[in-house]
Amino acid sequence: MSDPLLSVTGLRKHFPITKGLLRRQVGAVKAVDGVDFDVARGETLGLVGESGCGKTTTGRLLIRLLDPTGGTIVFDGRDITRLPQRRMRPLRRDIQMIFQDPYSSLNPRHTVGAIVGAPFRIQGIETEHGVKRAVQEILELVGLSPEHYNRYPHEFSGGQRQRIGIARTLALRPKLIIADEPVSALDVSIQAQVVNLLEDLQNELDLTYVVIAHDLSVVRHISERVAVMYLGKIVELADRRSLYETPMHPYTVALMSAVPVPDPARRRQRDRIRLAGDVPSPLNPPAACRFHTRCWKAREVCRQEEPPLAELAPGHRVACHFPENAPAAAPSRGDSDRQVSDQRSEAPAGGGGGPAATS
Amino acid sequence: MTVEITRPDAPDAFVAVRDLRVHFPTEDGLVRSVDGLSFRLDRGRTLGIVGESGSGKSVTSLAVLGLHNRRTARISGEIWLDGEELVAAPPERVRALRGKKMAMIFQDPLSSMHPYYTVGAQIVEAYRIHNDVSRKVARKHAIEMLGRVGIPQPARRVDDYPHQFSGGMRQRAMIAMALSCDPELLIADEPTTALDVTVQAQILDLIRDLQRDFDTAVIVITHDLGVVAELADDVLVMYAGRAVEYGGADDLFERPEHPYAWGLLGSMPRLDREPAERLLPIRGTPPSLINVPPGCAFHPRCAYCELTGGLSTTEVPPLTETAGGHLVACHLAPEKRREIWENDVRPTLESR
Amino acid sequence: MVAYIVRRVIGAVLLLAITTMVTFGIFFLVPRLAGQTTDQIAAQYVGRDPSPEEITLTKRRLGLDDPLVVQYGRFVKGLVAGTDYSYGPNTEFCPPPCFGYSFKYQRAVWPDLVDRFPVTLSLAVGAAAIWLVAGVAIGVLSALRKGTVFDRAAMITALAGVSLPIFFTGLLTLAFIRPEGVVFVPFTENPPAWAGNLLLPWVTLAFLFAAGYARLTRATMLETVGEDYIRTARAKGLPERTVIGKHALRATMTPTLTMFGLDLGLLLGGAVLTESTYSLPGLGKYAVDAIRQNDLPQILGVTTLAAFFIVVANLVVDLLYAVVDPRVRLG
Ligand SMILES: Nc1ncnc2c1ncn2[C@@H]1O[C@H](COP(=O)(O)OP(=O)(O)OP(=O)(O)O)[C@@H](O)[C@H]1O
Ligand SMILES: Nc1ncnc2c1ncn2[C@@H]1O[C@H](COP(=O)(O)OP(=O)(O)O)[C@@H](O)[C@H]1O
Ligand code: SF4
Ligand code: SF4
Ligand SMILES: [Mg+2]
Ligand SMILES: [Mg+2]
Repeated sequence: MSDPLLSVTGLRKHFPITKGLLRRQVGAVKAVDGVDFDVARGETLGLVGESGCGKTTTGRLLIRLLDPTGGTIVFDGRDITRLPQRRMRPLRRDIQMIFQDPYSSLNPRHTVGAIVGAPFRIQGIETEHGVKRAVQEILELVGLSPEHYNRYPHEFSGGQRQRIGIARTLALRPKLIIADEPVSALDVSIQAQVVNLLEDLQNELDLTYVVIAHDLSVVRHISERVAVMYLGKIVELADRRSLYETPMHPYTVALMSAVPVPDPARRRQRDRIRLAGDVPSPLNPPAACRFHTRCWKAREVCRQEEPPLAELAPGHRVACHFPENAPAAAPSRGDSDRQVSDQRSEAPAGGGGGPAATS
Repeated sequence: MTVEITRPDAPDAFVAVRDLRVHFPTEDGLVRSVDGLSFRLDRGRTLGIVGESGSGKSVTSLAVLGLHNRRTARISGEIWLDGEELVAAPPERVRALRGKKMAMIFQDPLSSMHPYYTVGAQIVEAYRIHNDVSRKVARKHAIEMLGRVGIPQPARRVDDYPHQFSGGMRQRAMIAMALSCDPELLIADEPTTALDVTVQAQILDLIRDLQRDFDTAVIVITHDLGVVAELADDVLVMYAGRAVEYGGADDLFERPEHPYAWGLLGSMPRLDREPAERLLPIRGTPPSLINVPPGCAFHPRCAYCELTGGLSTTEVPPLTETAGGHLVACHLAPEKRREIWENDVRPTLESR
Repeated sequence: MVAYIVRRVIGAVLLLAITTMVTFGIFFLVPRLAGQTTDQIAAQYVGRDPSPEEITLTKRRLGLDDPLVVQYGRFVKGLVAGTDYSYGPNTEFCPPPCFGYSFKYQRAVWPDLVDRFPVTLSLAVGAAAIWLVAGVAIGVLSALRKGTVFDRAAMITALAGVSLPIFFTGLLTLAFIRPEGVVFVPFTENPPAWAGNLLLPWVTLAFLFAAGYARLTRATMLETVGEDYIRTARAKGLPERTVIGKHALRATMTPTLTMFGLDLGLLLGGAVLTESTYSLPGLGKYAVDAIRQNDLPQILGVTTLAAFFIVVANLVVDLLYAVVDPRVRLG
């Protein structure tokens, strides 16, 4: 990946927890805790993980709806991590977000025309044939009718509302779209329509997507590369084929084995991995490998040393001491030990920023 | 297994629903949430009801439990539970059966529990309405049930409030509450929709194990075909308040015959197949239940509507048997449907 | 839980401190800011047509020329430890809590307040009990019979309740129901007579508030019966009276408590009017008389006490929250 559109390193977001009269800080929710990834131009990166693992927070950090606690975000060659909101304004044209809930994310008192046309007005963009024409073109692009211009959101179904939401993000021809659970509130038959629409738009408009979802099958369908998150960290990042065919992180394996498959024959013969318990609280994430409390392969080293996100196969990065499906050429235990200690000696220099670094 | 759900005299069925209609008069018009639904279910078996949101799944389950407000809902048809008819039964009789003979678990376990009472108190209450026992005995039973559904340290957690439980534990506690009186029919309305996949897998396993142990009849309602395939012996596909297809799980996933069922299968990306280039969505949107399209309610979205020579737009197709216990409501001739499935739909689904 | 209580109690104490400052400020700082001289202030302590000597004397006795901080310190010290007042040749010790000393009547304010407090407390507690029970009951019934004649009648009556002034309903009931008037009999002496005499004032005062509670309960109840956990309660097979009377009613308690906390201030205002209407010798009547006489220490005393009452009652409401809602208690 020579020139990524988006490049994220060490991204962190800690939400302070305060207590008492003096609002003294007693801890922090480590919603995102050291995340690295690149997104190439024109590709789709999927971000999966269970509820609360920090997907939405990551998305909001990327468009700077939240201020990062640490790390850097480089977009199109520019470091936007600490850009003041005022200087972010022009960049908002290039980065857009689609939200999960098509019901609450549209203002019920504005017409579709006003909603989709708002970005033009806010950014003060001149359009060739006036805003109305431009908006109607976009409506057609997302499969709505230009006659819908003067209607209100409540007159539309969930799928249509999601199309309106997508139309709004497209108005300014963005380069990057962050889609946070774009289809999870929709019915299956409508989900497929919106997924197809997103793919068509990507081809037509040369878009780059970061798609956030909890549904592994949807993510596999639309992404070229997939990152699996667990408790604020990426545990595995690979292209779709190798991630789904040879998952290496035990969590990824368990996650995929948990997805129910519409094939009754399977239930009788599948040998499944069942994780015990729930995801621990991000307030006090387990030390070292965060997955060790639920991992069936966990050993002492997992509780002592945090496994680095290492590239075990070309383009396939995993953070685990004892990966599954590891290719023969993968580093032996000794190697990964070494990497771990490297990582630890670097840590004080590289990883500052968080107010509550110990747990 | 032979299914005779359309025949009004299926005497041996444990649960038999016949021509159930639930209509709600509203300001905008009459909402026909359930409009002529029939199915049956035997002890120890699981029926999966699938359909998109608003197809009438929850309304059906609430009707079985007699939980609709008689003032706002118009209910007709018959619901037989172990030889007893419930629609015409006095409300007090249905109440006595609720929680004891038939129990239900709901989609959102947090909002489904009273925030001001402990988990234990809520289970104790459920147990003591139907069993004349002391508080102490009931509490012991509650702890036992919590342990049974896999809550660690049940004796300690029994005094926790729902908000102190995690999502998965709450749903386990709901299941413990529902099973506390050892019901013979358990209805689970989207029991895992609010949960994460790893927790969903735990809960599905739990439901399956408990069903085996208690020999309960289970109705599991969901919009997720994967969940149905995991649990159900028989499957009922609902569309706009009616059954469009009904049969054994293998029939439904291997030899589906209704165009809507084909559409559902084509819409969902699947982990067990090669990733498809494109999904095959159903066009259009589900209908409003106030203005259900005439004839086959699915016809505005159906790709095969023209093949029936106009019948689809004028006449409601009856649910008829196509082969051993497999019922389909579609005007296409059975041979035609099988031909389309084998030559047309199945190849695209499997090759994409 | 302990942390919650401690936090609330500390909050209440701080609030009390601020309350004394504000009351004190109103009586000593504001007049000065408004341009009154200390002479003019002192004049208010002496009675009508004071001579210059008296004013100077009073000024000295009260220390009105001291810096305000010192005066405030003295005020607080009086509350906590008592203070000395001298008039003429005598010096009198005003024991704690010293809420001031009425020079006009040459007596400490506090004993008078203590005398009258039971009347107001009886009135407030009785009225609150009546309006809570009646308001909640009517609200629940209205919700369950939504849209019926009962519901509409109840809500119209409720509207009348909020809109009719106390002295109107009060005088009306006096004229038609109990023309002989009411007297205060202490509870400790004769409970039936206590209740019998106060019943009319209670109902009059409660009528004003019950309406709000009926409407609030009706709205919360309508919302609550649609909640998932009510559906669960029914699915368990609970009889309808348990579903409503236990599960749904419990959920309406939080908003009721909130409203009650807010209404405490109004309740005192209502008590003042009620006492005047029925000529009951309570704090309200005392306050009205003090204002009429322009007796500053008395006004200051009764205002401070009222503020204390509201702060303490709100503390109780806050603690009740924790009892009602485990999420408050357990975080
Ligand atoms: N403003 C905030 N203050 C405190 N904690 C927060 C805040 N926003 C998010 N969190 C916490 O950060 C963690 C990650 O949240 P996030 O919304 O990113 O999860 P997610 O992966 O998008 O989950 P979901 O799949 O449920 O949408 C959660 O534990 C969440 O409770
Ligand atoms: N009390 C009610 N009054 C009017 N309409 C209702 C009522 N309850 C449900 N409906 C309608 O009935 C239809 C079916 O609802 P439901 O059974 O909840 O769907 P689902 O299949 O998603 O569970 C929906 O259109 C819903 O809006
Ligand atoms: S590092 Fe250890 S605990 Fe963590 S995922 Fe790998 S094997 Fe499991
Ligand atoms: S009856 Fe007609 S419209 Fe309905 S599913 Fe069959 S072919 Fe399609
Ligand atoms: Mg999210
Ligand atoms: Mg439902």
